[in-house]
Amino acid sequence: MPPILELKGITKQFPGVLANDHINIQLNKGEVLALLGENGAGKTTLMNILYGLYKPDEGEIFINGQKTEINSPIDAIRSGIGMVHQHFMLIPVFTVTENVMLGEEYTHPGGFLDRKRAAAKIREISDLYKLNVNPDDMVEDLPVGLQQRVEIIKLLFRNADILIMDEPTAVLTPQEVDELFSILKKLVDQGKSIIFITHKLREVMECSDRIEVIRLGKVVGATTPAEASPEKLASMMVGRSVELKTAKKPCDLRGSVLNVENLTVKDSHNHVMVDNVSFDLQAGEILGIAGVQGNGQTELVQAITGLKTSASGKITLLGENVTKKNPRKITELGSAHIPEDRQKDGLVLAQPVAENLVLNTYYRPPFAKGIILQKKNILANANELIKKFDIRTPSNSTLVHYLSGGNQQKVIIAREFSRPIKLLVASQPTRGLDVGSIEYIHNRIVEKRDQGCAVLLVSTELDEIMQLSDRIAVMFRGKILTTVNAKEVSKEELGLLMAGVIPTLKKKKVDTTQVQELIT
Amino acid sequence: MTTTKTSGEKRSFLSIFYEELSNNSLTIIILSILSGFIMGGILVVLTDPEVYKAFGTSIGSGLSTSWKLVANTYSSLFLGAIGDPAKIGAALKSGDSALILKAFTPILESLVVTTPYLFTGVAVALGFKAGLFNIGAEGQVLVGTIAAGWAGWTFTGLSPWVHVPLAMLIGAAAGAIWGFVPGWLKVKTGAHEVITTIMMNYIAYYLIYYLIAAPLRDTTQTTPKTPMILQSAHLYRFFPDPIRFHLGFFIAIAVAFIVWFILFKTTWGYEIRSVGLNPNASKYAGMSITTITVAAMSLSGGIAGLAGASEILGVTWRQSQALSTGYGFDSIALALLAQNHPLGVILTALLFGFLKSGSRVMQVRAGVPIYIINILQAFIILFIAAPAIVRTIYRLKQPSVKEVSTSTVSFSERK
Amino acid sequence: MENKTQTEKTSKIRSFLSSTQRWILGIVFILVAVFMELVLVKDLGATEVTTFATNIDSNAIQIPDWVFNSRLGLHVIAGFCVGLGLFQLVRGFKKKTGIFVGIFGVLIVLGFLIWGASGSSISFTGMLAVMVVRSVPITIGALSGILSERAGIVNIAIEGMMIAGAFAGAVIGSLFGLWAGVLAAILTGTLLALVHAVLSIKYKVDQIISGTMINIFSSGLTSYLYLKFLQQPAHAYLNQSGFFKPYAIPLLSKIPVIGPIFFNHNIFIYLMYILVFVLSIALFKTKWGLRHRAMGEYPKAADTLGVNVFRTRYIACLLSGAVAGLGGAYFSLGSVGRFEQTMTAGRGFIALAAMIFGNWNPVGSLGAGMLFGFSESLTTKLSILRFPIPAEVLLMLPYVITIVVLAGVVGRSRGPAADGVPYEKESL
Repeated sequence: MPPILELKGITKQFPGVLANDHINIQLNKGEVLALLGENGAGKTTLMNILYGLYKPDEGEIFINGQKTEINSPIDAIRSGIGMVHQHFMLIPVFTVTENVMLGEEYTHPGGFLDRKRAAAKIREISDLYKLNVNPDDMVEDLPVGLQQRVEIIKLLFRNADILIMDEPTAVLTPQEVDELFSILKKLVDQGKSIIFITHKLREVMECSDRIEVIRLGKVVGATTPAEASPEKLASMMVGRSVELKTAKKPCDLRGSVLNVENLTVKDSHNHVMVDNVSFDLQAGEILGIAGVQGNGQTELVQAITGLKTSASGKITLLGENVTKKNPRKITELGSAHIPEDRQKDGLVLAQPVAENLVLNTYYRPPFAKGIILQKKNILANANELIKKFDIRTPSNSTLVHYLSGGNQQKVIIAREFSRPIKLLVASQPTRGLDVGSIEYIHNRIVEKRDQGCAVLLVSTELDEIMQLSDRIAVMFRGKILTTVNAKEVSKEELGLLMAGVIPTLKKKKVDTTQVQELIT
Repeated sequence: MTTTKTSGEKRSFLSIFYEELSNNSLTIIILSILSGFIMGGILVVLTDPEVYKAFGTSIGSGLSTSWKLVANTYSSLFLGAIGDPAKIGAALKSGDSALILKAFTPILESLVVTTPYLFTGVAVALGFKAGLFNIGAEGQVLVGTIAAGWAGWTFTGLSPWVHVPLAMLIGAAAGAIWGFVPGWLKVKTGAHEVITTIMMNYIAYYLIYYLIAAPLRDTTQTTPKTPMILQSAHLYRFFPDPIRFHLGFFIAIAVAFIVWFILFKTTWGYEIRSVGLNPNASKYAGMSITTITVAAMSLSGGIAGLAGASEILGVTWRQSQALSTGYGFDSIALALLAQNHPLGVILTALLFGFLKSGSRVMQVRAGVPIYIINILQAFIILFIAAPAIVRTIYRLKQPSVKEVSTSTVSFSERK
Repeated sequence: MENKTQTEKTSKIRSFLSSTQRWILGIVFILVAVFMELVLVKDLGATEVTTFATNIDSNAIQIPDWVFNSRLGLHVIAGFCVGLGLFQLVRGFKKKTGIFVGIFGVLIVLGFLIWGASGSSISFTGMLAVMVVRSVPITIGALSGILSERAGIVNIAIEGMMIAGAFAGAVIGSLFGLWAGVLAAILTGTLLALVHAVLSIKYKVDQIISGTMINIFSSGLTSYLYLKFLQQPAHAYLNQSGFFKPYAIPLLSKIPVIGPIFFNHNIFIYLMYILVFVLSIALFKTKWGLRHRAMGEYPKAADTLGVNVFRTRYIACLLSGAVAGLGGAYFSLGSVGRFEQTMTAGRGFIALAAMIFGNWNPVGSLGAGMLFGFSESLTTKLSILRFPIPAEVLLMLPYVITIVVLAGVVGRSRGPAADGVPYEKESL
């Protein structure tokens, strides 16, 4: 029997980068194939081609042995292919039913929507796979895990046989990941075939039947969970042995830098996002805030950096009460911030590198005398920082727009680290970056901590948190559930905490041969 | 897509020149203006019954009539804007100062027409740099006119050295208020400045109409008019009547340079540009978006107010109820054409000013209504905003890098 | 191990105002009532009487004018205001605050009318009839805006499309009859919308710049053609289309008060009703409407499901232009009977404010349009009453109200999420 899906010789070139280089992949019916690779390896491009969002420069697609032309998502859908994207394709203000049936609407004659019939079908699918989805809910009211299931229902509604899932676990807690895997097993039992794109080794080992590793646009290895080991996979993904653990000295605490007391922050609709949070952060330590996105971490950071006024509570920075102060004052006291969304909040993309490097300091000598900008000093500063932080850019006047993600992040780091700082707030500092940049950034963060800086690290990547933090606080629904020493907690326990469950067992047995996962 | 050139291949000078030309934004600007003129010419031809009659006779006569019409139109435009080169040459040769003045009158008059455009163009460009769409130049000019005029006829016994700056400042202040309101509303409530500034225009129009009809009316006149401003408030005119060229022109140039300096050489300008390009990052960097936005909008309004002040103090000396100015949308075209650069605005304002000045003569001599200028402007904006169209028409190469363009936000933008 | 907290919806207190704002609003309501009692009532004699004339045409069933004691009327109004104020202070209207602010506005206006018309007669029915008529271009313009913005395209060229429609309607109407004029207006609007669509969708020009350009072009071209042709006496025949006469809808127009206000107008008013109805159904109950709205919220989502983003947006823009053109035809063919240069007077922009005020919803726009229509109607009537406000200032009223509406409403309203953002295909 021919494989249900075969990709032959797929090649796709983008300006400056060969995303897919003559890739051959096969998928058999009823199997889960994992496509493993780090950020930028070309996996998503490949799947976008399969789904008809991109056109390949070369190559062919065969479905059930038949050559198939896929020029648009409609072709893919008609061929029984469905895709769950990494960033959900859901319209927040529509109901589940409306989202699911968009494009394949059930109608009465005349084009009038038949919501009832569609809802019934959705309930049917939901019951079959135990997805627990209510068709009349507004998508924006649903938690992330449920939203993902709506995406899956979208595919099943259209009778997809081949399901592509792009980094599905990026936004899930470990428990939700397990639930997802059991759903996938049910799908496979019903005869579906699944391609699973990820960069996380644990998941690949747990749920796939076969693994194909992609690096720099090429397939560099194929194996099965039985034959493979995490080390082997890791080195296949990266092409060299990677120093996964950032060597860390024990922390050298030097007094309280940031003290947060009973902090409550509300959003613009008056919902409580940070609920009576208190913690103390000392110089020389890294406090990691773990938690699934949307549990108040963003608002906590905004309050600490002065971007949002808190409803109540007190924030003290180096002895000064900064609760209602503006961001500039807080920066001047010696705090630095690597924002979550570097392009939106950290950089002015249409400005040159040199100007971005003085975004917080342009108004002070030596960059300004009174109100007159000192261009010479700004440029000199830029040249120095470009060299020191190894920012890859054609010149200091190149628009930041044109730099790669990693280099854009380096601009932000160069800017923040070039001031004498006492507090560093880093939000998702390595999101979307390649391994080299990640290594670099982690090293710099630990370096700052060793120099006596207090570091507040906010990340949804558990591995990053566990690797770098001295202490870990888990946020759930705006509260800090507990704060633990990084060495004394297991990943499973953290996972439970992130889902709001306080584990009763302490210090679960940790498999000491478990290799640290790649941090991406 | 990326063409890799082998090291051995030599590119001819022509192909390099061609590529440079295609990429150069100056090229696009010039071609856009040229294309605008061509479209204008086509419109003139299409709407003249004589042309159709001529085509009825033969293609040849049709074409020649068309050509004559376009030539007549644009030559009248030229004559109105710049004057007759022959006369200018002869006057210079003769050395007679009266003759020279007469020959240069069109140019000087064009400069008079340019002056308010200089102000409003800079005002709108400044707004754009701050990320704001200031269509309120119209209203800001109006209130500036009345306010400056009021200062002009109310304060007696002042020397011109005091009176003129005072009146101009009052005009600027009025314009600044007119800019402040939409700016403040935008930051506090999110009300989009496109609509609010246009509304302010209408409010200004009716307000001035009312003021001239009653409270500020010169009762000695039969038709509603304001009083004449006092002699001490006149902006200095360099030449005797009927030449109206006045100091305002140089003030405008100075303002353009000042705004340029502020925008590119000072911390204020850094903040304005930052906020215009990325308000989020600017907030992160500690800038106060509210202050900067409101300040920029007020400053923009103030500069537009200066345009009105300059007009009443330098040209008209009193204001009647015939109020249509047309500065609002014209200055947008100006600013866009100059890519929102204050110094570039000087050049584009000159272009538009000369066009407008010349169009009056054109309307008389060639019978072409002055609104053709608006149509020209629309086409020029079209071509500047979508350079791809110009490139396609003239078979230039498409750029390999994306152009970063002006952008504004939609009405539903949440704070 | 299903986490219970995931299935329960997080409680959302949809309080639209902070508690201080709520208090202030309540107090304002009460203060106005107090003002009415203390100032306005005192100003009137105890026996003064206000007359609201109720009949404006002979078609409807005639009923006697409504005459009542001015002071009493004011007392009633003040009473309502106090009631609203107390309710707001104690409970707060929460989600319905907007509606009640609107009711409050109505009460204020009524109060001032009662006071102002005291001792004389005012045709309230007439005012409302004028309100309906004046609301037409604004509502139709708002519908045009909804069509385009719900699909993600900002259209500020409604003004330009209207003036062009007015011109085409007048000229073609003069030559070939009124209905031909309407058709021409619609086509003209569609043509301009095509330009806007190509620029915004294909060339990804900033939509506000593209819209502004169309406005400049449109007003320039119509003025140019007007001066060159229509103004010449020789060509006067090109600009005398006349206008549609009112048509009284049988039965409905006979209802006293309501009939003359809503059902005895020309075809444009009825077209407005029909369009509001049709669009409401189309947008929210049909397959086409679902896709259309998806374009404005998250086009990428629709794209991944096989819906053609570009085609849907093109069609949305063209429809928007068609409706705007129709709105323009109202000015020449539904009102004045000829083309004049500044006929539209900014209504295209007021229409956008109405669209926002009506929350991008056809029925909401109808209400908002009525509001603006009412303000225009007020300007004509107020000058004959005891109000010492000069006419020109009253003319400002619609524009001031637009600003107030925008300022008060925009912060709280939510428009289509992807409004104004050009769609990039290959960008995941």
